[in-house]
Amino acid sequence: MVAQNIFFAIFAVIMVVGALRVVTSNNVVHAALWLVTVLAGAAGQYILLSAEFVAVTQVLVYIGAVMVLFLFGTMLTRARLGEETDLNNKTWILGIPVALLLFGTMSYALIDSFGDEKLPEDATVVSTQVISDQIFGPYLIPFWALSFVLLAATIGAIVLARKD
Amino acid sequence: MSALLAIDMPYWLQTILRVLGGTVAVLLPAGTIVYVFLFKMMSFMQSRLGPMEAGPYGSLQLFAEVGKWLQKEDLYPDRADKFIFKIAPIVVLTSTFLLVAVVPFGPDAWFTNFEAGVFYALAVSSVSVLGILIAGWASANKYSLLGGLRAAGQLIAYELPMVLAVIGVVIQAGSMNFQEIVMAQNAGEIFGWNGIGNPYILTQMVGFIIFMIAVQAELTQTPFDMPIAESELVSGYMTEYSGFRFLMFFIGEFATAGVFSLIAAALFLGGWGIPFAWFGWDSMDSIDNWMNIVGPLIMFTKMMVLSGIIMWVRFSYPRFREDQLQKFAWKVLIPVSLLNIMATAILKVAF
Amino acid sequence: MIAALIAEIKPNSTWYLVLAALLFAIGTLGVMVRRNALVLFMCIELMLNAVNLSFVALAKEMDDINGQAVVFFVLVVAAAEVVIGLGIVVAIMRKRVSASVDDLAELKG
Repeated sequence: MVAQNIFFAIFAVIMVVGALRVVTSNNVVHAALWLVTVLAGAAGQYILLSAEFVAVTQVLVYIGAVMVLFLFGTMLTRARLGEETDLNNKTWILGIPVALLLFGTMSYALIDSFGDEKLPEDATVVSTQVISDQIFGPYLIPFWALSFVLLAATIGAIVLARKD
Repeated sequence: MSALLAIDMPYWLQTILRVLGGTVAVLLPAGTIVYVFLFKMMSFMQSRLGPMEAGPYGSLQLFAEVGKWLQKEDLYPDRADKFIFKIAPIVVLTSTFLLVAVVPFGPDAWFTNFEAGVFYALAVSSVSVLGILIAGWASANKYSLLGGLRAAGQLIAYELPMVLAVIGVVIQAGSMNFQEIVMAQNAGEIFGWNGIGNPYILTQMVGFIIFMIAVQAELTQTPFDMPIAESELVSGYMTEYSGFRFLMFFIGEFATAGVFSLIAAALFLGGWGIPFAWFGWDSMDSIDNWMNIVGPLIMFTKMMVLSGIIMWVRFSYPRFREDQLQKFAWKVLIPVSLLNIMATAILKVAF
Repeated sequence: MIAALIAEIKPNSTWYLVLAALLFAIGTLGVMVRRNALVLFMCIELMLNAVNLSFVALAKEMDDINGQAVVFFVLVVAAAEVVIGLGIVVAIMRKRVSASVDDLAELKG
C-alpha cells in the first residue's frame, strides 16, 4: 500500500502541474505536450486502480492517436516556435474565482458524500474478458450506437477535408 | 513462475535482472542487425566488401561509429525549441524500451507477463510517433517539419492495419497474453498432427504479410521511407540532429526493427517454443527449465530471419510516392485485414 | 518511521475524486480563459479525462465493472469529437489566419 500512496502522489503532482501548464502555456504545441503528461499520469492512476486495460487503451487512444492528431493539426495550420500572444481572453482574471468556486463546491460535495471511504485492498486486476463481457453483453446496443457515431465522425471528417 | 533456472530469487534481484535483460534485448539485436545486414548484407548486394578495417571482417566497425558519434558536439539550431529538440529522440527510444517489456523469451524468461500484452505492445509502439513529430517541429526547419508530418501521417495510417492484422491471431489464440499465444501455437496441432505445433503463419498468412508490411512502414524503411527521403527532404525529421542524439534515432530505428521482429516471431512463428509434443509437455508448468536458455536463442534466430527480410526489402525496392502510400494503407491493407478478421472469426466459430 | 506512517494511510477513493475535481476545474478554467480553438479542445479533453478518472476510481471502490466499461464509451466520444472538431478548425484556418474563437462572429447581428 505504501507504493500505491507514493505513486498516487507523484502522478497527482505531475497531472496537476501538467494541467496548469496546459492552461497557462504560451505556445500551442507546448500546451499539447503538457496535456500528454496529464494523460500519461491518468494512465498511471488507472494502473494503480487495477484497471490495466483502461490504462493501455488510454495510451493507445489518447497519446497515440488523439494527441498526435492535435499536434498534426496544429503543425499543419500554424505552429510558431516561441511565445505567442493573444492566447488568452482579455478578461482572463475573472475565470480564476469561477474555477476555484467550482472546485470548492465539487470537492465539498465529494468529501461530504464519500468522506474517507477506503479503497478495497485486493489488488486483483480486472481482466480484459470481464470488460469485454460487459461491453458486448449489457452494453451491446450503446456499443452499436457508438460505432455509428464513429462512422459518422469518419465520414464527416472526410467531407470536411475534401476540397471539391 | 518466479523460479528462473530453478533458482528462487528475491523480487528486487529479479527486477534488476529483468531491466538489464531488457536493455540487452534492445541493444544486442540492434547491433547485430546493423552489422550483419546494414554493413555486410547491403555491401554484398552492392558488390562491395563493406567495412573491413576495424576488427576481423570489420566486426568492430560499429564500436568505432558509436565512438565517433559520442564525441561529436551536441548541436542544435539557433531558433530551435531547445528543450523539446533535446527530449524528442529520448521519447522515440523510450518507446522501443517499453515495447520489449512484454516480449517473452522463455517459460520464465519474460520481463513482464502482462495480461493484455499484445494490446500493450501496439499501444506503446504508437508513442514513438509523438517523438518524431516534435523532433520535426522543434528543429525550426521546413524539411524537418515536412518529414515529421509525413512520418505522423504514415505511422498513423499503418498502425491500423497492424492492429487489425494482430486481431486475427488474438481471435485464434483466444488470448492477448504473449505467453498464452506462444503456448497455443506450440501445443496446437494441424488436423490431428502435432509434429510442428500450429504456428499461426500457416493459418494467418494474410495477417502475417499485412503485419510485416505495416512493420516496414512503421519503421520508415524503404519502400516506405518518405519521412526521411534524402532526395527530397535532406533527412526529414533527423536533418538537424547530430552527435549522440542522432545516434539515439539510429539505435531507435534498428532496435525497433529487432523488437518488432521479436513480436512478429512470438505472434506468428511460435515464439520461444519448440513443439511441445516432442517432449510430451502439456502445460506451462511441465516445460523443462532448459527452455529458459534455449528459448532466447530460438527467439534470436527467428528475429534475425524476420529482420533479414525487412532489410532485404529495404535494400531492394524503390520508394513509394506519398499518395500511393496512403492509398495502399487505406484502400488495400485495411480492407484486406478486416476481411481476414471476419474469415478468422467465422472459422473460429465454425470449428 | 516515515515509511510506517505512510503505510498507515490507506488509499482513499476521495483522493482520486478530489484530484478529478481539481483537473475538471482546471479544464473549465482553460475553456473560460483561452481563445485559441485548439487549446479549447485540449481543455475539453482535460475535463473528459477528469471524469474518466472518477469513473475508474468509483469502479474500484464499488467493485463494479460498469465504471470501466463507461470509460470506453467516453473515449470513443472524445475521439469522434476531436476528429470532427479538428476537421472544422483546419477548414476554418484555410480561410483565415487566426485560430481565435472570438473572431468567428460573422453571424452576430
